[in-house]
Amino acid sequence: MIIEIGHFALVLALVLALAQATLPLIGAQRGIRAWMALAKPAALGQFAFLLIAYGALVHAFVVADFSVLVVYQHAHSQTPLIYKIAAAWGQHEGSLLLWVLILALFGALVAFFGDNLPPRLKARALAVQAMIGSAFILFALFTSNPFARLSPAPLEGQELNPLLQDPGLAFHPPMLYIGYVGFSMAFSFAVAALIEGKIDAAWARWVRPWTLLSWVCLTGGIALGARWAYYELGWGGWWFWDPVENASFMPWLMGTALLHSAIVVEKRDALKAWTLLLAILTFGFSLLGTFLVRSGVITSVHAFAQDPARGLFILGILALALGGSLTLFAWRAPTLKAGGLFAPVSREGSLMLNNLLLATATATVLLGTLYPLALDILGGGSVSVGTPYYTATFVPLAMPLIALAGIGPLLGWKRGDLKGALHRLWVAGGLAILATGVALWIDFGKQALAAAGIGLGVWMLAATFTEWAERVRLFRIGLGASLRRAIHLPRAAYGMSLAHAGLAVAIIGITASSAWKSEEVRQMKPNDSITIGSFSYVLQGVTPARGENYIAERAHFKVMKDGQFYTDLYPERRQYMVQPMPTTEAAIESHLLGDLYAVIGESDGKGAWTVRIYEEPLVPWIWSGCLLMVLGGIVSLSDRRYRVGAPSRAQVAQALPAAGE
Amino acid sequence: MRRLFFILPLLCLAALVVLFWRGLDPARDPSSLPSVLIGKKIADVTLPGLGGRPGINTAEFSGGVTVLNFFASWCAPCRAEHPLIQELAAIPGIRVVGITFKDAPADSEKYLAELGDPYAAIGVDESGRAGMEFGLTGVPETYVIDRDGIIRYRLAQPLDPGRLKDELKPLLLELTP
Repeated sequence: MIIEIGHFALVLALVLALAQATLPLIGAQRGIRAWMALAKPAALGQFAFLLIAYGALVHAFVVADFSVLVVYQHAHSQTPLIYKIAAAWGQHEGSLLLWVLILALFGALVAFFGDNLPPRLKARALAVQAMIGSAFILFALFTSNPFARLSPAPLEGQELNPLLQDPGLAFHPPMLYIGYVGFSMAFSFAVAALIEGKIDAAWARWVRPWTLLSWVCLTGGIALGARWAYYELGWGGWWFWDPVENASFMPWLMGTALLHSAIVVEKRDALKAWTLLLAILTFGFSLLGTFLVRSGVITSVHAFAQDPARGLFILGILALALGGSLTLFAWRAPTLKAGGLFAPVSREGSLMLNNLLLATATATVLLGTLYPLALDILGGGSVSVGTPYYTATFVPLAMPLIALAGIGPLLGWKRGDLKGALHRLWVAGGLAILATGVALWIDFGKQALAAAGIGLGVWMLAATFTEWAERVRLFRIGLGASLRRAIHLPRAAYGMSLAHAGLAVAIIGITASSAWKSEEVRQMKPNDSITIGSFSYVLQGVTPARGENYIAERAHFKVMKDGQFYTDLYPERRQYMVQPMPTTEAAIESHLLGDLYAVIGESDGKGAWTVRIYEEPLVPWIWSGCLLMVLGGIVSLSDRRYRVGAPSRAQVAQALPAAGE
Repeated sequence: MRRLFFILPLLCLAALVVLFWRGLDPARDPSSLPSVLIGKKIADVTLPGLGGRPGINTAEFSGGVTVLNFFASWCAPCRAEHPLIQELAAIPGIRVVGITFKDAPADSEKYLAELGDPYAAIGVDESGRAGMEFGLTGVPETYVIDRDGIIRYRLAQPLDPGRLKDELKPLLLELTP
């Protein structure tokens, strides 16, 4: 019964979405206030019904109702509760429902908090949002109904893929989706602005918080995914340039570009057409990712069940949404009033260069992802594109980007003083050169590129600190006065500093872990030891262990450093009861400069086990860096400008209706 | 001219959509590429053996049924399908051979030491030349070659228990009288 209520709520949400997609749009065109006002209750109602639908699905998973097809396929009565809930979004149908739920959530948030928006812009943006919503609800209902029944109901279900039964991964999809799907709001605002034929500083100010929220969640989601791959797959790596990973990375790159270009629109009223294009393309990449993952057009470890009919449907949505918005862009964008010209050496100049580099980097990732597919379809044979390609194309673009991120914030708007900025950065430059030198020395000059990467990371970190110190005039005025300045700095400034520092820390971690990782694989018997770096691992023994729905072999390593006891490690090799598939649980012990990482493999039946030990330098820095970036985004989101600034703008617009229309 | 810049994104999208649309052609299953090679004679490939094991000479495949598996130590799905390759190797009357693709021999040795070595012969294809002869899309890939040296089956993805049972085993049963 609850399942039927969920199904019915989904249909009702579709009806509301269809109304929301059409009436407010016509109302805004003809100036019918009541029709425009309809957008708000429709958006809230649509969200409420989707919440009911989603709740019904989660309920079916929690009570393990095997008469529902997707529950039967992905849940087992013995699965722990948290993974029953996670299973609700661990498969195509359920995750699609989550997709539309988040889409509606953003619409509802704008409807609820957007009372300060100009009514026309709000009506149009919500209508566009509902168009996307309708398309995806139709997709769910017609090709991937999560509420399909199974008769007769089986007594027991299958199980969620054991690899996905992990607390980190349980929260990875919702976070990733909030990021992915949240970019739809920037898209809707961009299309609304194109329909109006007007984009100004206020528009940028309304769009930025939504973009920022999505960016924060996407950053967190990608980091969680990478971390999961790191400790669950047991290969000691955390990023594989897999098409599905790229599918989440491309919107992140574009979203980062959008965040920066929206600042230029807000402060300088320039780069308008470009920013609109970015807003459209950022969500376009989210749609592309959805298509790649769900259509079966590529094969990947992560891809969902493959079905060409679904692929065709999403391709249709992609073609309509992007085709429509880009046609609108080609038609309307040339008529936008161009902003003032600006000097190449200035804050906006550096932000434009940042955008150029980010867009090019996205293009290289796109090319690497699609090239094998294109070649295959066009009959040119088959190739695989791997890490060497990305090292050769992506890294050279990322390096100047990081160098630039150090200088840009120190340049003034309109006309920057490059000499002055570089003069202030001499300490940062010195530290960067020192760090490069130290890295070269430790490594005997074997990996010059990695040493340069470390230097760049240090450069960005020091430059970010310099920028903050300049703002509070540290050591130029008394400490007390500096402290007062520090307290009164806008939160957005802190947000930027935190996020930039986070990226710098992550870059250092990424560089070190990809360049200086070491690995040892060996058959070990109890009391054998492996020495790697300054640690030696002594295998104490392997004992059976038991979890709620798996049995495991658990190894015990005593780790010694310089002859002293350092720590114990307990890696596991699990065998889940329902799906006969062994999974590894790596044992990881983090310290400031890296991770100790141990994995146990198969036994040879004669008392020896295959053991893999990795030394992973600076990997914790990657996670800390991502955390700092997320924190920076949150701090920036809490800036009072977004709460107080926007309404005051709206009041100005209302006071001067001639400027608003 | 300026206008063209604004139309450019639309043109790119159109090209992309056409590409994807062709990619969705149901006849093109990306995982089990029907492959132009099926029904053709296997290319002449000779590879040195891994660490003293017998190498690969495809000319010698005639006369028996051969399962050829491309793998590499850096390839995670290979790890996943490995137990099934071991299962295949246990079937009497067929010969399971491997080719390591773009993999340092020392790493391949470690991989086999860890997971076990089910292969009757292993060729080393460090440069990827042999992979090109087969039009390899990636690793793992699995081929079945009959007693006349004709390629009968190709799987361009990891082997799974379903395919092993429904596709490979029946085919092998049919080929080995």
